[in-house]
Amino acid sequence: MRTMKTKTKATMLTALALCTSAGLSQAQSSALQGNVVVDGSSTVYPVSEAAAAAFRKDFPNVNVTIAISGTGGGFKRFVKGETDVSDASRPIKAKEFEEARANGIEFIEVPICLDGLSVIVNPENDWLDQLTVEDIQAIYLEDGTVRSWSDLNPAWPDKPIKVYSPGTDSGTFDYFKEVVVPEGKSFRSDMSTSEDDNVLVTGVAGDKYSIGYFGAAYYFENRDKLKAVPIVNPKTGKAVLPEPENVISGEYAPLSRPLFIYVNSKSLRKPSVRKFLEFYVGRSGEFAEQVDYVSLPDDVIERTHTFVKNRYMGTVYLTPELEKREGSVSELYQIKNLVNTK
Amino acid sequence: MSKKKSHMPEILSDPEKHAAATRPEKQRNRNNRIFRGFCVGAAFSSVGMLVLLILTLLGLGVGELTKTFLSNPPDPDPAQAGFFPAIMGSIWLLVLVPLLALPAGVATAIMLEEFTPRKPVLKRIHSLLQLNITNLAGVPSVVYGIIGLTIFVSMFGFAGKSGESMVEWGIRSFDQFYSETDQVLLVPVDGPHAPEAVLTEGLEALTTSGEKVRIHVIGEDAPWPEDEELSLRTLRDYDTPGRVHDRSWYYFRVPFGRGILTGALTLMLVILPVIIIATQEALRAVPYSLREAGWGLGLSRWQTVWRVVFPSALPTVMTGTILAISRAIGEAAPLLMIAGIVFITNPPGNIMDDFTAMPLQIYNWAQRPQQEFHDLAASGIVVLLTILLCFNAIAIIIRNRSNKALS
Repeated sequence: MRTMKTKTKATMLTALALCTSAGLSQAQSSALQGNVVVDGSSTVYPVSEAAAAAFRKDFPNVNVTIAISGTGGGFKRFVKGETDVSDASRPIKAKEFEEARANGIEFIEVPICLDGLSVIVNPENDWLDQLTVEDIQAIYLEDGTVRSWSDLNPAWPDKPIKVYSPGTDSGTFDYFKEVVVPEGKSFRSDMSTSEDDNVLVTGVAGDKYSIGYFGAAYYFENRDKLKAVPIVNPKTGKAVLPEPENVISGEYAPLSRPLFIYVNSKSLRKPSVRKFLEFYVGRSGEFAEQVDYVSLPDDVIERTHTFVKNRYMGTVYLTPELEKREGSVSELYQIKNLVNTK
Repeated sequence: MSKKKSHMPEILSDPEKHAAATRPEKQRNRNNRIFRGFCVGAAFSSVGMLVLLILTLLGLGVGELTKTFLSNPPDPDPAQAGFFPAIMGSIWLLVLVPLLALPAGVATAIMLEEFTPRKPVLKRIHSLLQLNITNLAGVPSVVYGIIGLTIFVSMFGFAGKSGESMVEWGIRSFDQFYSETDQVLLVPVDGPHAPEAVLTEGLEALTTSGEKVRIHVIGEDAPWPEDEELSLRTLRDYDTPGRVHDRSWYYFRVPFGRGILTGALTLMLVILPVIIIATQEALRAVPYSLREAGWGLGLSRWQTVWRVVFPSALPTVMTGTILAISRAIGEAAPLLMIAGIVFITNPPGNIMDDFTAMPLQIYNWAQRPQQEFHDLAASGIVVLLTILLCFNAIAIIIRNRSNKALS
């Protein structure tokens, strides 16, 4: 089942755009018309917006539209062939993959950037210096043992921990749940949730005994109001902060995640979509940093160029039996892991 | 006078109440003052809230209200980001929604109120309809988004696969080739779903300047022609085309897709129950004697409704409609369901075009991490309020005009 599709015919054309200095496409054309329909995650949206806005300067007559139906909502349209590109803050799920297969949709999966989920507390919280994943579980799980700070360490204040979380519809929630909540367990039901992460910022900033988590961009913007908690990397045992250099080096684990775009291979026949993809992937690091996300490691960026150039189709996050594959993007994102819909 | 005496108010007939009412003047005056103070306080606290809200918004938003903001499309750089496509989208909705909702809503209300059936079966249906409409007025707007998605976007899936159109008018399609030297060649095709043009030597195509040329095809490894004229019309044999469309202003398709017409129809559903109920109330407030006078002069039922009852109910109908449409323009949830586009660079050019609206853009900016975007959201709200107030002012002027004409 493991298939790999190369289109040598398309190679030269894409190579032309990708292999120029710094992988930038230098072509400019107001003659190119057409449209690119993008839908999906609102977390990935800022990166795609940055790409589309820059793309417009080179190709003013290509109409790029980006909608924010959420990762799931975006995939729902993508697997029917309604959209050209799908923004996703998690890899495609087996169910969505099967639907794409049923509809004869093939796609290229491209990681665009990294996002470190930050666990944050109030700046007046001067006792907490690090957390392990087990600590986070004890705080966040329904049957967790930690309800007051003193449950974690008897020397700490005997005050209940006020717990904040993004809403259940968000990809951030999904990802945190995947890392923190083991199979068969659930989050505690008395969390304060909000679909708007700015509400969480305000909540934690106003409560000395609170804790919360969200995308690192919200922490970078609010450093004066919040304190990020160093998370102990289970492999190295070292506690690290969600700073860009730690996310890119992979030391900030397991709470950092890649963000993706998925591109319909049929849409790539259209010059407008082809140009947009080359443009986007060629400068993904720049667009990511522009909106406070973290660029992928250089070797993964190079691999995304190869994948796009050679039209390697399918996902690396599912096994041929459609089981979920676990691992970091640098481990998984390889040709040998690709599973295609055809 | 004699009538009044026979129905003497309790306050005069009941000695106890009478005594209470004729308490010393001082006490009565004090009670009077307290109650008045309470009413004035209540009125002012709501006005005060509004003023506070508007002042906060102005404080946050006016700084960003520049020409750039009003004329640019969205941008990742807050200083360059603009609101133009969203403003235009909302203005389109502001025109389309009343055009769709007003006739449907008023007609339904007139049917329900003025043409009540006599047959028991029809009466049943009538009361069922009435009950439904009253209930619909309380349904959350996001539910209407789902209805819009099912009915208008895909037409229950009867009209072909979603995202594809069954019938289209006012569209010219081309297959666009993009050469290695960034030349665009357009091959006209029969329709939006015509099979893809096959790349052959001598295929007729248009350049971007509208000039007719014959395409020259070369192989993958062949050298690119030196001749300038030939170079302009050369393609490699592996080049693939993309379908592009030239849509005229009357472009129309079925099913409606996710364009501005679908947005307007969905918002119409949101406010239809409100308009129906407001119109019914207005019709009910018209004295029955006016109808009787009409019938007495030999007018038919319909003539009475159209010439007598509806004109005198019109001002109230307009008030209800204005409130309903103000609500529709502020809705983000149903639009998020049907399209949810927040990055688009061009305003809609016809009723089928993709669009975004002001509440969507504001929602998107408000949830971004950067403070600069929150300020942009505030500016957006200022623009939204200004446009709404202008619209309301125009509607009220029209209403008052029609009011005067009647008297």
